[in-house]
Amino acid sequence: MTSDVQAVVAELNDLCADLEAAGKPVAIMEICGTHTVSLFRTGAKSLLPSSLRLVSGPGCPVCVTSQGYIDLACDLAAEPDVIIATYGDMVRVPGARGSLETMRGEGAEIAVVYSARDAVKLAEENPTKRVIFLSVGFETTTPGTALSVLEAENRGIDNLLILAQNKLVIPAMHALLGGGEMPINGFLCPGHVSIVIGSDAYKPIADQYGKPCVVAGFELHNMLLALLHIVRQVAAGENRVENVYSLTVTEPGNLHAQAIVDKVFQPCDAVWRAIGMIPASGLELREEYGRFDALSHFDLEMGPDVCPAGCICGEVIQGQATPAECKLFGTGCTPIKPVGPCMVSSEGTCAAWFRYNRNTARTVE
Amino acid sequence: MCLAVPGKILEIVDSGEPVIGRTAMVDFQGSRLEASLAMVPEAEVDDWVLVHAGFAMSVLDEKEAKENWDMLKAALGDDVELVGNEPTPKGDEDDQ
Repeated sequence: MTSDVQAVVAELNDLCADLEAAGKPVAIMEICGTHTVSLFRTGAKSLLPSSLRLVSGPGCPVCVTSQGYIDLACDLAAEPDVIIATYGDMVRVPGARGSLETMRGEGAEIAVVYSARDAVKLAEENPTKRVIFLSVGFETTTPGTALSVLEAENRGIDNLLILAQNKLVIPAMHALLGGGEMPINGFLCPGHVSIVIGSDAYKPIADQYGKPCVVAGFELHNMLLALLHIVRQVAAGENRVENVYSLTVTEPGNLHAQAIVDKVFQPCDAVWRAIGMIPASGLELREEYGRFDALSHFDLEMGPDVCPAGCICGEVIQGQATPAECKLFGTGCTPIKPVGPCMVSSEGTCAAWFRYNRNTARTVE
Repeated sequence: MCLAVPGKILEIVDSGEPVIGRTAMVDFQGSRLEASLAMVPEAEVDDWVLVHAGFAMSVLDEKEAKENWDMLKAALGDDVELVGNEPTPKGDEDDQ
């Protein structure tokens, strides 16, 4: 452990001990799935005082995708002359009647792509097929999708369709906090989402709910420093936005990316898996780009979000339960045979707990 | 999935795609991939950029970029990936 890490841990220990002694133990939510994994992997969790509770939030795009969306993607995969283009994380998420992997086994064309640009290329190379891009992701991912739609529009590529399920972080934070008493003292805010939205985006959260928000990268010292900044604010009764990833993240964010997204998409109500509808928390194609909309092309509607029996993914991603509290965790639900989406994605809280914290989780259970 | 990975721009070309515009061949410590520069019009050859799903999202200074790479490796190790399940930069395991 380097001296700068030691110094941060020492101050965290002192401040958290004082707060616990005063009957105010601290709980911090990490919004981002990459933070969830990094906090385990770097050993940060093992360095933190036991009185500091870290709670995972709804920041894994796969985990918050409703089952209705997966079912719809599977239905579309069964249509004739269709290629589903998707990020790899989505292929194994179970729906009501199986996953995209199941559909592939039944002969459907499922292409794993690295970028939305690849979906445009697929459409261009397969003019007799309809290429449906499963557009999931938070603010980091959406600009590339928007740009790809503009590219297809510009070049008259008319067989690309978008099944949009893009999500917005700030409305989700409002929903978490607006529901009443939320036992969270502050937020560790996502580094790469914040490149796009900027650290200023968290000001309404800090101001309206009195919660410190600190933007961090994914390295041990940077994450610990962010946690320290949050705890310092809690101890001082403050609620400001701070950015300890300041060279990478700016206050206004990437304005080019924001403008491109705004040109193509508009906010809409969106269903979050196991949470339900959150107003203006998703993005849909603007009317000018409606011809790319897969739902209207096939005249379909999203089905209901249904949770598998026993799965508590919804509580896990709202910070209301840990994976250890799920009866399926590690027995009925594993990364090899996942039941809920939090076990499918490598950034899912349950997958992270299974990989790094299984033994502790069993002890807790 | 929102992970962006730092790499150095080796070469900038016109993609021939009107909206995508300039693209760069980016070196991710041995693994080379193309990335659009549409979101970072200020980027030039030898700049370090953070790339997510084929799009450069931010220009970094070199020191910051190397710290970024080291911390991603420390944080995620084998899981360092550009988005989804592929592709994963290779060849970084032996360098450290």
